[in-house]
Amino acid sequence: MNGTTEPLLALQGLALAYGGIQAVKGIDLTVGAGELVCLIGANGAGKTTTLKGICGLLPARSGKVRYAGDDITGRRPFELVRRGLVMVPEGRGVFGGLTIEENLAMGAYIRDDRAAIGQDIERVFTLFPRLKERRRQTAGTLSGGEQQMLAIGRALMSRPRLLLLDEPSMGLAPLMVQKVFETIIAVSREGVTMLLIEQNARLALEVSDRAYVLESGEITLEGEAAKLLHDPKVRAAYLGETA
Amino acid sequence: MRSYLDVRGRPALAWVGVALVAAALVALPWVLAGIGTAWVRITNLAILYCFLALGLNIVVGFAGLLDLGYIAFYGVGAYVYALLASPHFGIHLPFWAILPLGAALACVFGVLLGTPTLKLRGDYLAIVTLGFGEIVRIFLNNLSSPFNLTNGPQGITLIDPFRIGDFSFATTQQVLGNTLSSPIKYYYFLLAVLLVVIVVNLRLQNSRIGRAWEAIREDEIAARAMGINTRNMKLLAFAMGASFGGVAGGMFSAMQGFISPESFVLVESIMVLSMVVLGGMGNVFGVVIGALLLSYVPEVLRYTVGPAQKAVFGRTLIDPEVFRMLLFGLALVLMMLFRPAGILPSAVRKRELQRRTDGG
Repeated sequence: MNGTTEPLLALQGLALAYGGIQAVKGIDLTVGAGELVCLIGANGAGKTTTLKGICGLLPARSGKVRYAGDDITGRRPFELVRRGLVMVPEGRGVFGGLTIEENLAMGAYIRDDRAAIGQDIERVFTLFPRLKERRRQTAGTLSGGEQQMLAIGRALMSRPRLLLLDEPSMGLAPLMVQKVFETIIAVSREGVTMLLIEQNARLALEVSDRAYVLESGEITLEGEAAKLLHDPKVRAAYLGETA
Repeated sequence: MRSYLDVRGRPALAWVGVALVAAALVALPWVLAGIGTAWVRITNLAILYCFLALGLNIVVGFAGLLDLGYIAFYGVGAYVYALLASPHFGIHLPFWAILPLGAALACVFGVLLGTPTLKLRGDYLAIVTLGFGEIVRIFLNNLSSPFNLTNGPQGITLIDPFRIGDFSFATTQQVLGNTLSSPIKYYYFLLAVLLVVIVVNLRLQNSRIGRAWEAIREDEIAARAMGINTRNMKLLAFAMGASFGGVAGGMFSAMQGFISPESFVLVESIMVLSMVVLGGMGNVFGVVIGALLLSYVPEVLRYTVGPAQKAVFGRTLIDPEVFRMLLFGLALVLMMLFRPAGILPSAVRKRELQRRTDGG
């Protein structure tokens, strides 16, 4: 951040609640254009809730969400997708009955440029060669890791400016987690700005530029990911090491 | 599906096929009238059920929303026609003015049902829609006082038939030496409308709207993440399905000349749903076949079960009406056992079922 331009995404004192339970207690967070930022924290810290607040699945109690220079608090998900803010939902959410190609085509739902959509499908296939081999298979027959790749590829089909990834490593075998994170790096190198929400703190910190640590709905630490990776508090709390 | 109809590269063959089917459909009522005019009437009702099944298929097959009160929209359409073209209020509007009105009002009812149920799925949605269907029926039954809107359980009689200028659909007349009876006139009208409805359904399925419904059916959260306005798309499914039902209801009114709340009971909703499921949810041709089958089979059984018993045992052992429903139920069970995705399954459903049985 050089301070002169506004970040692509900025949460300003965002508070979210389920009924009377405060899940996120007024947090500030920014993601600059081109950055890969991660939000880490334990189970129940409010990570997924934060994401729901950003993309309009949960109304804000107070505070604001600013995106690309506008206040988008309370906007509904489909409007945000049209503006380039796209989420990869937790648990992947691929269309199990559709083939991989059909899933990718569905990702381009908001676009009508047929020829370019075809090219983008091929681009996703170069990014994820495994998907290309199985292009006519139904998504439900894929392994968890492949489904995660498909979910990311499908989100790319809408040509996002900002991609929100919710727990991409959840429920995957260690080898698959490694593969999925490699693709996250590859997507980031293509110039897509990303906010990554992860429980696997070590991996998330290794791939990210900057990081925020969420604890019981509050941000307790923030900074360059590489520095946090060596922060004794983080190491003790999230990387399973004694301080 | 594609394999059955794949005539690409053989256009001549395709046209011969189309011509044969068209000729058969044109000749059908004359053949049936030879057996008995009742069969032409049964065929007309079967086509009406095709409309209903295709309308419900939009809601259940395309958008994946289980609706057990669908017959309510049929009822709304039927009563709109009956009230605006009968001596009940002394209003006699032409049918081409009333049918769109009936469709529009059914559409409003569709949105009325859809709005409070947007967040419901599966069993919960089924229960609410079932309640909705019953509410509409009970209203039709009781809106006879203080102001007599529906004439209660007695229903509405002497409903006008379709009429275009001096050409009435209710009378028999001679055309080019042939006797053109009322059911045969309706048959041609219904057939023409059915063709339009089928084309509309096919176009709808392959449209942007159809893809949005497909996404919602598969996974609603993911559909939202694709930029689909799930709320509007679900309401649109309810509204479109309902308006199909409304049009069918209007035609039913005109053909029967008499309607009462008894025609719009829960069993009818279940029947239409069975047609959709049996034929193949989401497959337009499958649904048409399902509707035809479930319309004809009970009628065929009605005429064969009684005489068959007499021939074998010398007397009627089981009431034909009971036996007919027993056979009918058995046929449904067998069908679901051997072709669970329907007679002509949609490609997606077929793959889904395969995946489940493969244990994947």
